[in-house]
Amino acid sequence: MKKYVATRAATMFGVLLITLLITILIVGSNMDTILKQGIVFQVRSEIIENPAIAESFSSVKEFEAFIDKQTDERIKNLGLDEPWYSPQRIGFTMYKIILLDFGQATFLTSDLGSSNVRDIIFEKLPRTILLFTSATIIISIIGIFVGALSASKIGSVVDRITSSFAIISSSFPVWWIGMLMIFLFAFTYQIFPARATPDIPSSSPEYLGVLLYHMTLPLITIVMIGFGSWAYLVRNFMVGIMQEDFIIAKKTMGIKQNRITYIHALKNAAPPIITILALSLSGSLGGAIITEAVFDWPGMGRLYFEAITVMDLPVIIGSTYILTVFFLVSIFIADLLYGYFDPRIRTGANP
Amino acid sequence: MSGITPNEIKKEFLKSKMGIAGITILIILISISIITTITVPVETFQEWNNPGSWITYPKTAIPIWVNLFLIEKIPEHQIITEPKIETTSNDEINLSSYQFNVNFNYDDFPNDFIYSYSSEYANSPLFQMSVIRPDGIKLELVSTSLPHSNLKTIHEDRIFSTDAMIKKELTLQSEIFEFKINELSSEGIIFSKTEVNQPLKGNYIFLIDLYGINDESQIVESNLIIGGKAFGIMGTDELRRDLAIGLLWGTPLALFIGLVVSIASVVMGLTYGVYAGFKGKKTDETMMRFNDVIYALPALPFLIILSVTISNSIFVMVGFLMIFGWVGIAKVSRSMSLQIKTRGYVEAATMMGQKDSKIILKHILPQLLPYAFASVAISVPAAITTEAGLSFLGLGDPSFPTWGQILHDANVFGAAARGLWWWIVPPGIMIAITGLAFVFIGNALDSIINPKLKR
Repeated sequence: MKKYVATRAATMFGVLLITLLITILIVGSNMDTILKQGIVFQVRSEIIENPAIAESFSSVKEFEAFIDKQTDERIKNLGLDEPWYSPQRIGFTMYKIILLDFGQATFLTSDLGSSNVRDIIFEKLPRTILLFTSATIIISIIGIFVGALSASKIGSVVDRITSSFAIISSSFPVWWIGMLMIFLFAFTYQIFPARATPDIPSSSPEYLGVLLYHMTLPLITIVMIGFGSWAYLVRNFMVGIMQEDFIIAKKTMGIKQNRITYIHALKNAAPPIITILALSLSGSLGGAIITEAVFDWPGMGRLYFEAITVMDLPVIIGSTYILTVFFLVSIFIADLLYGYFDPRIRTGANP
Repeated sequence: MSGITPNEIKKEFLKSKMGIAGITILIILISISIITTITVPVETFQEWNNPGSWITYPKTAIPIWVNLFLIEKIPEHQIITEPKIETTSNDEINLSSYQFNVNFNYDDFPNDFIYSYSSEYANSPLFQMSVIRPDGIKLELVSTSLPHSNLKTIHEDRIFSTDAMIKKELTLQSEIFEFKINELSSEGIIFSKTEVNQPLKGNYIFLIDLYGINDESQIVESNLIIGGKAFGIMGTDELRRDLAIGLLWGTPLALFIGLVVSIASVVMGLTYGVYAGFKGKKTDETMMRFNDVIYALPALPFLIILSVTISNSIFVMVGFLMIFGWVGIAKVSRSMSLQIKTRGYVEAATMMGQKDSKIILKHILPQLLPYAFASVAISVPAAITTEAGLSFLGLGDPSFPTWGQILHDANVFGAAARGLWWWIVPPGIMIAITGLAFVFIGNALDSIINPKLKR
């Protein structure tokens, strides 16, 4: 078991590094140009702020030469004179990012005004976790209940409705349902706010309550689209287990159907269900980007989208890193759970 | 896997209601695609993002069929291109007159009207525009002379209902109406009853007279647009584009994206997985580790980064979607080929010294084909929704009118807030229906291949 955990952990860390490397490679060349432009801008604005320097030039040429010299000097000091793909620079960037030092954002700021990427991300992250974790928990509770119910009565009306709802709801994009929900419940019937961003500052005491109220519409939407396929999944696991000998034996012993379904069968279906739960928690974080963009929920997804629109590279790299970490950690947990529940995996035998 | 022959699969498939439903929807979608590519002019596709080519259409018009359910009819947008032409010559003066018949049976005023023309003349002919209303009253709208030219020239112009000269002419005739017309728009006056300011239903004739002296002058081409609030089967969007055309072009595009991505991913995944499983040992280990790496990449953030930094062309996007599509299939087909490998006939073939490639192609792959077909069907919806999602975020290929692109525009122009349901609902339904067709087919196939899964 220890060896299994160790290899999985090592693989995950490797994957994390590779993801980081790929991200840097993709955006690196842009980042370089932006950083250099930033330095030129900085030099120029310093000169404009300080009229003493500005007046000391006799010609435009001299002025330009001074700026060029200053810029070159600073680029050298920051180590930007080496190409962005040089191993030292990539290694240094990666090292900083692993230590959660993402640098300063180019355009975006946190609600409190900080432009430190770490501050921004740690401000948005809890909100995304709040929305999507609660959605996933509600989805799995409803899903497990409905799934077990339809598994106990295969072919019944409940079963048919669940199965068809699962299939139909899975082909609708969540964000489109979101648009419809906004259209219906924010504008046609004005029950919920259309923008999920609360309009009071995050420091005020009522903030949490207002945030929860703004969360209702996205939450309902995510749950509505998500629970069908969950129920279907649980149903399929349960159907397999209900055919096992020990269930049939329990039936012949005269144990009540409900007890068999919800206690004995569900207990045996738990391992795969928990595993998938862990995976879908992280999967929902990735899917958050579009959903949050639709509802304007002030979390990681919207931050990511905003960063992409204005090409704020430090934020993009930082958010990708954090998203990947979450994704990997939950895959890791799912793997461990699976290995814990299924001894065949743990011992290394092929399934 | 249990050695079902293709014929049995076909027979079973035709028995399943879900499979039949899926195939039917798919056939309908394919026919729509074929009919669209043949009958709808390609220019509408190429000019989708060129606002200039949609100028004659109304802004955010509701679909016309809504009128069937309404008591108060919404005015339809009318584009009249072929006027009735009459020419009379009287010694020196040539009169050409052009008549546009407008059937107006709605309970609201039109938005506006635009008359655009190109005329061929020399000198300076007199241009008059008037309207004969259903109640017989003739209103003068425009009376002007075209710019002078010594030589024969072609003059193009547009007359808008908002032009000041129309308003001026109407003010001169204000005694016809029993209410004050100063504050009203010209279409609100022309199409109004004389007693109260309410729309007057009936047949209107818009009359354009061109008086040329000595020379022949004529209007070569002209059309009259009565700007309505309803247009086409699917309405129009903020940029005046006919949504029906966008939805039609979206069908072949969605099928193309979905099918290409899923077929390519399945082929890649299958080959990769089978090869890894068949080779086993170190090769298998290395290949599966690589597979793990791709599997652990968060797909959507990466797709977004790739489309922003590299290219958002639809073909490149299809390639990106493939990168993330094959991983799961590779995992399953690997474990399947591990099982098949141990079967007697494969071992026999190995012992006979057959080449690896031949064993894989002849003995292992055919066994996996049913699974492959089911996977193709099941992975199509994901490809379509992912592309639509990227387009929705504004990262798609703007030169293609995909459904996601239409929804993106709808979101940008605040369609939900403004109640423009015909802009939001149909594209989403199309995405869902297309996805549904493939989910149906995939599920039907799946239950045939793994009968244990159901019941």
